[in-house]
Amino acid sequence: MESIQAKQGLVGPNDPIQRTQLPYVTGTSVVALKYKDGILMAADMGGSYGSTIRYKSVERIKPIGKHSLLGASGEISDFQELLRNLDELILYDNMWDDGNSLGPKELHSYLTRVMYNRRNKFDPLWNSLVLGGVKNGQKYLGMVSMIGVNFEDSHVATGFGNHLARPILRDEWHENLSYEDGVKLLEKCMRVLLYRDRSAVNKLQIAKITEEGTTISQPYALKTFWGFTAFQNPTAGAEGSW
Amino acid sequence: MFRNQYDTDVTTWSPAGRLFQVEYAMEAVKQGSAAIGLRSKTHVVLGCVNKANSELSSHQKKIFKVDDHIGVAIAGLTADGRVLSRYMRSECINYSYTYESPLPVGRLVVQLADKAQRSWKRPYGVGLLVAGLDEKGAHLYYNCPSGNYFEYQAFAIGSRSQAAKTYLERRFENFSESTREDLIKDALMAIRETLQGETLKSSICTVAVVGAGEPFHILDQETVQKLIDSFDIAGTEEGPAAAPDSAAEGGSAAEGGAASEQGAPADEGVAPMDI
Repeated sequence: MESIQAKQGLVGPNDPIQRTQLPYVTGTSVVALKYKDGILMAADMGGSYGSTIRYKSVERIKPIGKHSLLGASGEISDFQELLRNLDELILYDNMWDDGNSLGPKELHSYLTRVMYNRRNKFDPLWNSLVLGGVKNGQKYLGMVSMIGVNFEDSHVATGFGNHLARPILRDEWHENLSYEDGVKLLEKCMRVLLYRDRSAVNKLQIAKITEEGTTISQPYALKTFWGFTAFQNPTAGAEGSW
Repeated sequence: MFRNQYDTDVTTWSPAGRLFQVEYAMEAVKQGSAAIGLRSKTHVVLGCVNKANSELSSHQKKIFKVDDHIGVAIAGLTADGRVLSRYMRSECINYSYTYESPLPVGRLVVQLADKAQRSWKRPYGVGLLVAGLDEKGAHLYYNCPSGNYFEYQAFAIGSRSQAAKTYLERRFENFSESTREDLIKDALMAIRETLQGETLKSSICTVAVVGAGEPFHILDQETVQKLIDSFDIAGTEEGPAAAPDSAAEGGSAAEGGAASEQGAPADEGVAPMDI
């Protein structure tokens, strides 16, 4: 583990000056909320290459250990790197075999340290991460940005989700949502994002984590409606050449 | 222990397959003054005998707080003990910083044991009784200069620790369910055993407690003296658990008293222990 981490991002004395990377293949928003039994998290499966929607089956939510779910937006390759890192962390944790395990709080803190340290080296992991989980009956939901800003809340979103989904959640979220209500609320947020975020695709997964464990749904599409009268005859009132 | 030609170097094996330097280090532990530890499901108590060299000097510190949930009592070369406590504190703090969570004591103990045996250094001449909590409850470990560690329900190390061990052996089966107060009382009784007749006073012993919801802390002299007085007055068994001092939660006479002994309000002062 040390050797992989040591290689990345280390600036040697004779290396050319490194600058912030540019993201290449990116995922868009992740939205998550706490509900009665645990955490619900949703993300679509799109990987954009600039303005092209290049990949349409990218899994952006993954289970980590027994107690947590990690969702990411931003650079997909950086997310994959993080997953490899976490995999090793969880492996060593399991190898102790002593009844102790890393819970969502610990993972959140660990990820914050990683993201912040990378930012300090001017070589960030270009992601916004959502970490949710349940351990010993305690629900936990937090976020870490690419510069290491982290916080905990009852509902979080990344990217466009912050602007489009969170206002909905602020109005309609309450403690002890049932599973069905939670999913409905998430779908409402994802639908708005689908209509308004150009990098969203209509293929999403909703993940749930409770004390019992994790489930990530099969990909599915949301129903959309485009039959608005304003869309019929769009050039009415402004006849042009097209 | 007689001198051997294979004992100069920690990297030399004897023909019988022994590392004498390590064994000599373990002897050093036996020279130190006694330290004892015992645990219930929820609490761990550490105690030690603190004898000053002369009346003019203060006594050496043998119990160290490592983190809110871990403490250690040492016997042997106290200087080595200080170094190891510093290492333990450092490990705990680093873990807390990265994971915002307390380091499970079982993992700390393994790291400590691994540190013990370095071929280019002499072994640490100190035995450590590590008391701590983790997800699975309260734990007490003993770390040896040999690099071995064991988990215990109760243990004693240092000089005249055998007397304490004998006492603890008789009683340990009850410790799991003991209340905090009873555990402390048993610790004080065990310390008393190592004193071989000398009066137990709070000036020559130190007691520390850690438990669920109770961060590790060393009890102050006054509290300890009150506890000593209360069990002295009570006589042999726990009499009326009338220790109204310091947070006597559920001072259940039912727990410890077993059959309601006529605690014989002994006024003999120094009543011999006949348990």
